[in-house]
Amino acid sequence: MMFAPTPLEQEALWLSLTVAFWAVVISLPFAVAVAWVLARLNFWGKILLDGLVHLPLVLPPVVVGYFLLVTLGRNGVIGRWLDQTFGFTFAFNWKGAALAAGVMGFPLFVRAIRLSIEAADPRLEAAARTLGANPLQVFWRITLPLMTPGLITGALLSFARALGEFGATITFVANIPGQTRTLPIAIYTILQSPGGDEALFRMALLATLLAIVALGASEYLARQVRKRLHGAS
Amino acid sequence: MVVPEHVLDVSITKTYDDFELNVTFQFDGGLIALFGPSGSGKTTLVNALAGLIAPDSGVIRISDVTVFDSTAAINLPPEKRHLGYVFQDARLFPHMTVEKNLRFGIKQIPDDERHVKWTDILKIMDLGKLLSRWPHTLSGGEKQRVAIGRALLASPRLLLMDEPLSSLDIKRKAEIFPFIESLRDQLNVPIVYVTHTVPEILRLADQVIVLDQGKLAAMGPVDQVLNRLEIQTGFEPSVFEPISELGTILTANVESHDEQDQLTILDLSGERLYVPRLALNVGSTVRLRIRARDVALARHPPKDISVLNCIKVNVVDVTNKGASHTDVKLRSAAGHEFWSQITRRSQRELAIEPGAEIWALIKSVALESGL
Repeated sequence: MMFAPTPLEQEALWLSLTVAFWAVVISLPFAVAVAWVLARLNFWGKILLDGLVHLPLVLPPVVVGYFLLVTLGRNGVIGRWLDQTFGFTFAFNWKGAALAAGVMGFPLFVRAIRLSIEAADPRLEAAARTLGANPLQVFWRITLPLMTPGLITGALLSFARALGEFGATITFVANIPGQTRTLPIAIYTILQSPGGDEALFRMALLATLLAIVALGASEYLARQVRKRLHGAS
Repeated sequence: MVVPEHVLDVSITKTYDDFELNVTFQFDGGLIALFGPSGSGKTTLVNALAGLIAPDSGVIRISDVTVFDSTAAINLPPEKRHLGYVFQDARLFPHMTVEKNLRFGIKQIPDDERHVKWTDILKIMDLGKLLSRWPHTLSGGEKQRVAIGRALLASPRLLLMDEPLSSLDIKRKAEIFPFIESLRDQLNVPIVYVTHTVPEILRLADQVIVLDQGKLAAMGPVDQVLNRLEIQTGFEPSVFEPISELGTILTANVESHDEQDQLTILDLSGERLYVPRLALNVGSTVRLRIRARDVALARHPPKDISVLNCIKVNVVDVTNKGASHTDVKLRSAAGHEFWSQITRRSQRELAIEPGAEIWALIKSVALESGL
């Protein structure tokens, strides 16, 4: 069967999905926290935090990968400590790939959530307080539901960014089949060897199809949530 | 149950760049209106009561519970104050149905503190048909009814209402009035009602606090305070646009009805006033307003005229305000003071001076409440 993916393609596809999924899951709580802080608090150094969050968007991905390597690599400051204390490492495995993808997608995630928090009316939160809800209850029952559209958009952007992530990943965790060779890196590998035109085309097609499905799914989800929040419009 | 000394005992200050709120008052139940022009500090005061902003100094006690005390470093968060707050913009939660909105506050209070019944509120505010609706499908008036119901269902010790009718047109306002009246009369919840319009005060309030530039300008029973306001010269009339037209508010009793001529006879401590037939029982109280320009004056008891209400009065004071008009302060035998506005020419020709004994012809009486 011509359209059935080969075992190599399956491996790259599955790895890409796993890496992107965990990239989103791991960065979600941090993205919500940072977005909330940026949207609702005013403090000295806010511009600094804002800049830091946006760095991966403006830095060459290779540089981000390098920073990850020197901090969280096996000989990195934090990486060594993690390895010695918990026997946990990001070096040269899919967890490192997920981390790199998560970091690269973080600015997009934060931006989307921040916009939806800023759009959520703080006066509704004040109303909830007068009805007896403490700040934590207000967050769960009012703020979080109101920011779900942004959460979904952000998660999708971050997921899509993770699927396409190449530079930071290959710098940080190299190109290891089954561990860090995601779709883009697999495409790059094929490019390196002569005469892989058909394999290259098939891999590129796979990546395109994946992106289209993800986009469609997110658009559908976001529409459902908007409908629940503001009624059919 | 121990009856609290005061429902509300407040003495606070709060300073902003260009504004200072500094008020002290007590409130013992019923409905008190917080009245003043925009920027006078009404909403700041209500937000301080609710715990949404912290005063700089002072004390707030609600039903003898200290919720704020700057010297003792007490500042209870809003959720621990057990107040209901109805905002100008209903602030319904858009991601919840009307029923979920209404139930939001109920869940937050222990069973033994729930003294407001679900069925009572649904009935009083007529919410039964709205339960499954989403907030964006409701009209402005319906939204406000849900917001009031939601606040009440949290069993508040005190209900704060910040201009709850100001976003509604006249027709919708008229729809909501009876609901507020019935919660005032049936549920016995003390209400602080922020407004900048006199008709709302006249219709709903027992007491009124007048705020002006963050200071308490006047406080007391509605008719006393509003009459004094209109007479006080310290007030910029344009600031109080709705009452800048001189008039007097009086409280009268329904004495009897004249079914043949479809008139109602009101008793104003001995004076009689005739008004078109009212749908009120004999003995009930009614608040009325007599505009100065509806009062004509005569030196002698008039004969053969169409005006029904004619009272013998003494001239107390004469003030020239406009270029062509004169305001004449009158006092009836029963001691009621009210105003007449006549031309300067009439004043001169009739020789209306303080001390003169004359007749006041009241052309019409506006009834402001009890309808």
